[in-house]
Parts: sequence; structure tokens; C-alpha cells
Amino acid sequence: MRIARVFAVAKKEIIQIRRDPLSMALAFLLPLILLFIFGFAITMDIKNLKTVVCDLDKSEVSRKFSSDLSASGYFKIVNPSVNYRDIERHLDSGAAKIAITIPRGFSEDIRLGKPAQIQALLDGSDANTATLAFGYLSAATDMFSAKISPRRSAPAVDPRMRVWYNEELKSRNFIIPGLIAVIMSVIAALLTSMTIAREWERGTMEQLIATPLKTTELLIGKLIPYFLIGFIDMLVAVSVTVFVFGVELKGSLALLLVVSAVFLFGVLSLGILVSIITKSQLPASQFALVITFLPAFLLSGFMISIINMPYALQMITRIVPARYFVTIIKGIFLKGAGLDLILSDLMLLAVFGAAVFAVANVKFKKKIT
Amino acid sequence: MLERIWRMVVKEFIQLLRDRRMKGVVFGAPIMQMLLFGYAVTTDVNNIRTAIYDGDNSYESREIVRRMISSGYFTIIKIMETPREADGVLDRGEATMALIINHGFAADIKKGKPTAAQILVDGTDSNTALIAINYAAKVAAKFSRDMKAPVSLGAPRPVIVEMKTRAWYNPDLKSRNYNVPGVIAILVMLISLLLTSMAIVREREIGTIEQLMVTPLTPVELILGKTIPFAIIGFFDMALVSTVAVYWYEIPIRGSLILLTASTAVFLLSSLSFGLFISTIARTQQQAMMATFLFFAPFVLLSGFMFPADNMPVFFQWATLANPLRLFLVIIRGIFLKGMGLDTLWPQELALLALGVTFLTLSVMRFRKNIG
Repeated sequence: MRIARVFAVAKKEIIQIRRDPLSMALAFLLPLILLFIFGFAITMDIKNLKTVVCDLDKSEVSRKFSSDLSASGYFKIVNPSVNYRDIERHLDSGAAKIAITIPRGFSEDIRLGKPAQIQALLDGSDANTATLAFGYLSAATDMFSAKISPRRSAPAVDPRMRVWYNEELKSRNFIIPGLIAVIMSVIAALLTSMTIAREWERGTMEQLIATPLKTTELLIGKLIPYFLIGFIDMLVAVSVTVFVFGVELKGSLALLLVVSAVFLFGVLSLGILVSIITKSQLPASQFALVITFLPAFLLSGFMISIINMPYALQMITRIVPARYFVTIIKGIFLKGAGLDLILSDLMLLAVFGAAVFAVANVKFKKKIT
Repeated sequence: MLERIWRMVVKEFIQLLRDRRMKGVVFGAPIMQMLLFGYAVTTDVNNIRTAIYDGDNSYESREIVRRMISSGYFTIIKIMETPREADGVLDRGEATMALIINHGFAADIKKGKPTAAQILVDGTDSNTALIAINYAAKVAAKFSRDMKAPVSLGAPRPVIVEMKTRAWYNPDLKSRNYNVPGVIAILVMLISLLLTSMAIVREREIGTIEQLMVTPLTPVELILGKTIPFAIIGFFDMALVSTVAVYWYEIPIRGSLILLTASTAVFLLSSLSFGLFISTIARTQQQAMMATFLFFAPFVLLSGFMFPADNMPVFFQWATLANPLRLFLVIIRGIFLKGMGLDTLWPQELALLALGVTFLTLSVMRFRKNIG
């Protein structure tokens, strides 16, 4: 391998990239735009669940219950007095997610010291929101019971909950670092997936083949400019995460950058491999998006815990590079993980990159067929 | 005119499927993805990996652990020797939760004194953490109630208010039923958007657009001829992945199949014309692909798939009304899970139609200009 030839290819590639300023602009702006949109728009924190109340008891106690619910901040009572018959319509149309019915005799039961009941109907179609709503409802009810009890009776067992790494349980803190991983896997693959296919499609590959370039030199030369773009993207994304979104970087920045470099090498090589195999830009673009975006989004643990997936699928997630990067980046950002904790994931990322690059090397035929 | 469009459609199909791998991408990939992602999209939390330290080792402490296991939500992966081990276990991500019961737990309960069990939760995934906390609190509350000494006669009894909860539409609270229709919509949009966005720019880059220009095809005919094949492919893929959803994942279709088909047509119109619009703007296929992703990723993430749209800031809730995927998600979930009809879904259908017509007009206008 001759360094001079590698640089010659890199230089040619840079000139070509600069000739397409829109693509270059997109390469820099895409991660930024996406991070901003998602950072501001996405949250899994559940607040203000739309609730309707059907109060058949119409007593002071029942009204107190409603006002306690809305004071908790999790429930927003959009209609405090619906007819029992209208509940179905409210849930069907999606006007409310929760319908609470306080039966007649509620205050009477409490006065007599009998267990009093409240009925809650939830729109279960979004199971995740419904599960959380269940929890909030039962917590609110328990608190209400304790509050109106004549004798303040502390519960026998007081579960002292403490949350680590993300104390306020802000979903933004775990979404944004993961999002960097998702965005970067796609951007990287998009950048390189066209680069070889384009040469074939436009007929310029023949000129390259006529030169004394070796395959490895060509591939590395092609990788260098995109690696630089990807790395700048990465720096920008991390800065935005820390300075704009205020996600604290608990671990070491240097370590994060090393991991990013290893990751970028892997996904950029994957893009090149796609480009080599397809030889034509249309299938290359399809392949690149299909194998990067949805796997990185759904199979990386970015937001769906891998541990809850069926075993076979858990095995499949092991070939998704974003999976390792998501684990590492969350670890460094939120847990302040050091090299010892991320070493195995980092090694696997490195193995992934090396393997993909090797395959690309073998698959690339410097021949005209 | 019909004859010319038909010729164009035939040409497009030949061109597209000449590449054997494209057949795989167009027909094989959606099914493969459906089979994979259908299993992935479950946010049910039922295997919370828990490490336990029981320093009390009494009937009571074993009872609370037993109840946690039998709740079905917790899997005990480790019994710790010392409470300090919890640090490492959570750091390495071996467990999501650590339950620490200190010595004196049972003695306190017997004396009627309030006692504590410490629960540490890994908050990196705030959603899982919240659910884990809820479940643990539930188990502890039930345990407290059962362990409490019987109230002595005459003393005022504590008030017990019980919450009876029931979930509609999805009584088992399976997140898969909610999410798989979302995957259908995403897969269909991905394929139709990407194929069309490359359609015209590809001819331009390879240079074959000039050949098309010298034919008697009018711009409208050309655009229709370009779009119809992708519409057909979109429909076909929709049928394929929906079949997988219904027969493999057993997702019910409670609404009308005719309405679903009609809605798919409206959705495809908007998605295809959006792709077409990108294609008339982009100069190279690279640009087209990046622009497609620039729109596709926000479409997906701001669609209400996985991230509920109700939680977004108001501005985004309005902005995403122009997101075809968000509109179609309301429709497809409504039809699949709630059996909704046109009487409730018409606003979404109309909005999709408006989007489609707007972008189709824009594309035709841009295309005319480009030729001139």
C-alpha cells in the first residue's frame, strides 16, 4: 500500500464531494436538524393524560378525589362531569384516554368505613402509556386513602425508591445520546453507499481501474473524506447534546471520540460494501436505508429494551453495530462508564468494522465485466 | 394518452425489476423486516432483571421477594452477598433493579414499626425505570396491607379506596397490537418514498431523460407513468405486510377492509407525490437519498409511533398534522384496533388527500419548469 496513492484518491473524492454542495450541506446539516427536532419534540414522559370523570356521587369527597388527581400533574381532566353513557364515545374518539367513574355511595362507604370503589377505564391501545397510567392511578388512590384516613397510618413497608444515572427520569437524557447513535449509523452509511456505485453507473470506474491503484488503497482513500465528515458530525452532535440539551456528559470525552471513530469506520465500511455489491445507486440507496435506519431505530436498544425481545431476535441484534454504540454512548453519557465497562462492546465494534472492511476488500473486483 | 402512460409503466417495471436484487428489495425486504420488527416492537416490561440482597433472611423478607417473583414482572438474576455489590451490578448493566432488605426488616414489622426496603433502579431507560418503580410499589403496597396487624376493636379504621381498572381495545395491554400497524405504515412509506424520490433524478443522472424528452410524452403523462408502478408496488407491499401482521402476529382487523384499502390509496398518493417532489428538486441520486432521509426520519419519529404524539409540544403537534405518516397511523390503528369508520376518520383522510394533491401539483409544476 502506498500512502501517496491513498491520498490521491482521497483528494479526488474531496473534489467530487465539493462539486455537489447540496449533498455536502445535507451531510453536515442532517444530524443537526434531526437532533434539534427530536430533542425538542420527543419525550416519553407522560403528563397531562386526558381524563374524563363521571361523578355519580357528587359529594365533597368525590370532588376532592378529582381535584387531587389533576393536582398530581399526570392527569388533565378535560371534562369533570360526563354522562356514564358518553364514556364510550369519549374513549372511542380519543378525546380522552382515561375515564373515571365514581359510583353513587362512594362518600357513604367511606363514612361507614367500608372499602369504597372507583372504576377507571383506560384506552389500552397504547399499552405503554396505559401501563404507566395504571401505576399513577393506583399511587394517587393510595395517597388519597392515606390522606383522608382518620388516623394517619404509615404503611408497614415503605419502599424507598432511588433512581440512578438519570435521577429525574427524564426520557430526554436517555433518548438523545441514543439518537446520536441512530442518526450517525444512517448518515455514515448514506455517505458511502453511493460512492462506488456512482463510479460504476457513470462509467468513471473504468478510469480508476486503468490506474495502478490497489483495492485497499482505493477503499481507504474513499473512506478518508467521509470519515472526516462523519467525525465532524459526531463532534457537533455531542456538543449540541451537552450544550443545548443540557445532557451531562459524565464520562470521558476522549473515550467517546475513540469509540465514535471505531464505530464510524464500521458503518462507513458497511456503506462501501453495499456500494460494491449493488454497483448501481438505486438498489444501493434502498439497501443502505433498509439495513441501517430501522435496525438502528428498533433493534439497537435505543428505546426498546433488547432484554424484552424474543431470544432469537436478541441474537440478531448482535449484528447491528448501532446496538453496541448505543450501549456505549449511553454508558459514557449517563453512567460515566470507563474503558473497563465498555471494553467488550468496543472490541465487538472493532471486529465488526474490520470484518466488513475485509469483506469489502474481497468483494471489490477491479475488473470490467 | 392512456396508451402512452401504459407504455411508460411497462418500461418502468422492466427497468426496475431487471436488477434481480431490486425484486428482493421491493418484495422480500418488507416481509423480512415485518417478521423481525414485529417481534421487536414490544415495550411490555416483564423481565426486569433484579438483584437481591436479603440481610434479614426472615419469613417476611423471603415473602416479599417471593411476591415480587410471582408478580411476573421481575426476574431475579443474582443474590448479592453484601448491599455494596449493587453498585457494580447496576454499573455493568447486569441488573436494572436492586432490592436491598436490611437486617431488622421482620422485627420492625412485628413491632408494628414502619420499615424500609431499599430499591435502586437504573434510570438510563426512563420508561422501563418508571414501570419497574410502579410494579415494585404495587407489590410493596399489597404486602404492607397484608402484613399489617389487625386493627383493634373500636379504633378508627383506615380508609381503603380501591381502584378497579380496566383497559379497553387491548385488554391484555400488549404493546405489539398497537405497534405492528405502525410498522406496516413505516415499511410501506419507506419503500414508496425512496423508490419515487430516485425515479426522475436517476434518468437525469444517467442521461436517459433526454430520450424521454424527445418522445411525445407530456410531463403529466411522464409523471403518471413514473408513479403508477410504484403505486402498484406500494399496494402489493401493503397487502403483503398486512397479511403477515394478521396471520403471523394475529393482529385483529376490527374495521372495514374496504376502508383500509381506500385509505392505503390516499396514503400512497401523499407518500408518492412527496417522493416525486424530492425527485424533481434533487440533481443527483445522492442528494435525493439524503433528502429522503431528511424527511423520512422526522416522519417516523414524529408520527406517534413509539413516541406518543400527545406528549409533544403544541407547536410540533400542529406541525405534524402535515406528516402523512402520522395521519395514516391514526387511520390504520383506528381501523385495526378500534374498528373506526369514515365517520371518525374523515379529517385524517381529507388531510392526506390534500397533502397528496398539493405535492403532486408542485412536482408537475417543478418538472415543467425544469424541462423549459
